[in-house]
Amino acid sequence: MSVKQISVFIENKTGKLAEATRFIADHNINLRALSIADTQDFGILRIICDDPKMADAALKDGGYITTVTDVLAAAISDTPGSLAAILEVLSEAKVTVEYTYAFNSSKAGAYMIFRVDDNQLAAAALAGAGIKTANQEDLF
Amino acid sequence: MTPMAKYYQPEIETASLEEMKALQSEKLVKQVKRVYENVEYYRNLMDEKGVTPDDIKSIDDLYKLPFLTKADLRDAYPYGLLGTDLKNCVRIHSTSGTTGRRVVAFYTKNDIELWDDCCARALTAAGATNEDVCQVAYGYGLFTGGFGLNGGSQKVGCLTLPMSSGNTERQVQFMQDLHSTIICCTPSYAAYMGETIKEMGISPDELDLKAGIFGAEPWTEEMRRDIEKSLGLKAYDIYGLTESTGPGVAFECEEQTGMHINEDHFLAEIIDPETGEVLPEGSKGELVFTSLDKEGFPLLRYRTRDICVLSRKKCSCGRTLIKMAKPMGRSDDMMIIRGVNVFPSQIEAVLLKEGYSPNYLIEVDRVNNSDTLDVSVELTPEQFSDTVKDLSMKEKSLANAIKIMVGIVPKVHLVAPKTITRSEGKAVRVIDKRKLHD
Repeated sequence: MSVKQISVFIENKTGKLAEATRFIADHNINLRALSIADTQDFGILRIICDDPKMADAALKDGGYITTVTDVLAAAISDTPGSLAAILEVLSEAKVTVEYTYAFNSSKAGAYMIFRVDDNQLAAAALAGAGIKTANQEDLF
Repeated sequence: MTPMAKYYQPEIETASLEEMKALQSEKLVKQVKRVYENVEYYRNLMDEKGVTPDDIKSIDDLYKLPFLTKADLRDAYPYGLLGTDLKNCVRIHSTSGTTGRRVVAFYTKNDIELWDDCCARALTAAGATNEDVCQVAYGYGLFTGGFGLNGGSQKVGCLTLPMSSGNTERQVQFMQDLHSTIICCTPSYAAYMGETIKEMGISPDELDLKAGIFGAEPWTEEMRRDIEKSLGLKAYDIYGLTESTGPGVAFECEEQTGMHINEDHFLAEIIDPETGEVLPEGSKGELVFTSLDKEGFPLLRYRTRDICVLSRKKCSCGRTLIKMAKPMGRSDDMMIIRGVNVFPSQIEAVLLKEGYSPNYLIEVDRVNNSDTLDVSVELTPEQFSDTVKDLSMKEKSLANAIKIMVGIVPKVHLVAPKTITRSEGKAVRVIDKRKLHD
């Protein structure tokens, strides 16, 4: 129960992010979620889209450095404390969270994306706590 | 089993210092006369300096002779430094000319003989005999690598495989099918072959390689150990330059502590690159070679721009030939940063060792009266990670590796592929923004 996330290396320079997003648009890649981590020198653009295989190939073809990672998408309810509850479950299961970001779609609902050190362990712990994790197709 | 020949030409390789000096002096006197007569370009330089062939009575008079530099080679291109009639020459070799200064060197039959001898000495020092199978994976062509080792290998009597470079899987196949025991190529190609062998699922134990002769580019001690492990052999360094002859000007023995110079053919000096003054043995400075026997392209006091140290310390291999340390860099691209001598080649060596691309840019600046060193390097797809932590760690560990090599902590910047400008000629690797000479 995981989804494919594509990470793209972007230099931290004016216009580089615009270039990359224009490239994504021009290749008809439909983004569901996106986050950016940045340092002084570079940023990592992380995206979740409908056809990760095609998107990754297109980006690589366009000269981008990319990597595909399996991440967890956990359904989250629109109530206070729901994120804290998920993180507590993961913490109790001794799962390390590298990073997380949220997205909401009218069709699929709200999800938190988690990049963790052990997907299987994390998914099992969440399932045990009654928290649903999504597959790629669930999000589209 | 025939006993292993330790030296190819023992009378030269183990000569006493007195014998060697006498031989060098005798050759130098003759060579200076010959060059003065045949090479107008050098005759003019000697005349300008007020030196005549009669002033040169032994190698102690060497310092009186004018230097030749890269610029002279460019000015005299192509025939200005030719030492004999073209009809006596049988081959040329040429440098890549990436700096816009192509060198064309001419070889007579004797020149090729002595070059082959030099390479044969190198191979013998690496344990080669006529029972060996020597795979030459240096490029064959204008580049000296392939032909040089090929000639040496045949002199020793090895079964010679003139593979040239490239087509790595075929290289490995020959290595297996014909049981190559010696491989000659650039160290980076050797490292690549090591990787390929691993990818093909072959263990180094399944190969018969025992020795490798690697040169023509800078490489580190770490790289040596990696190659030795991945190919299951002992790795020997070899040094040369087209201007003198090609590989085999100097070679390593089993001690692996510097390279013995074939000083009966190539007389070596170390000079101060600023003043041209000859420095005593053990000093760090620019390496200068005088070809004592070359006929086609007889360069006297040619400044190699390689910075290194010479040593006559007794070697356990029994050779008395003077040793040169691995060159630390080129005199013309040395930077002084916070009082420390830094060569771009040192930084490049670290980048390659750490698995980065050779596309990099070094920027030196002065901020608040303190020098700064910034190194930008292109990230490779294999090194990319989706977490900032991993990439920041990579930057830190690279900065640390550079610090260990040059003694200065740089700021490392990972940049996207193909963002460091390529140029038609040699790429600009260093930008010094300090205004030190205004």
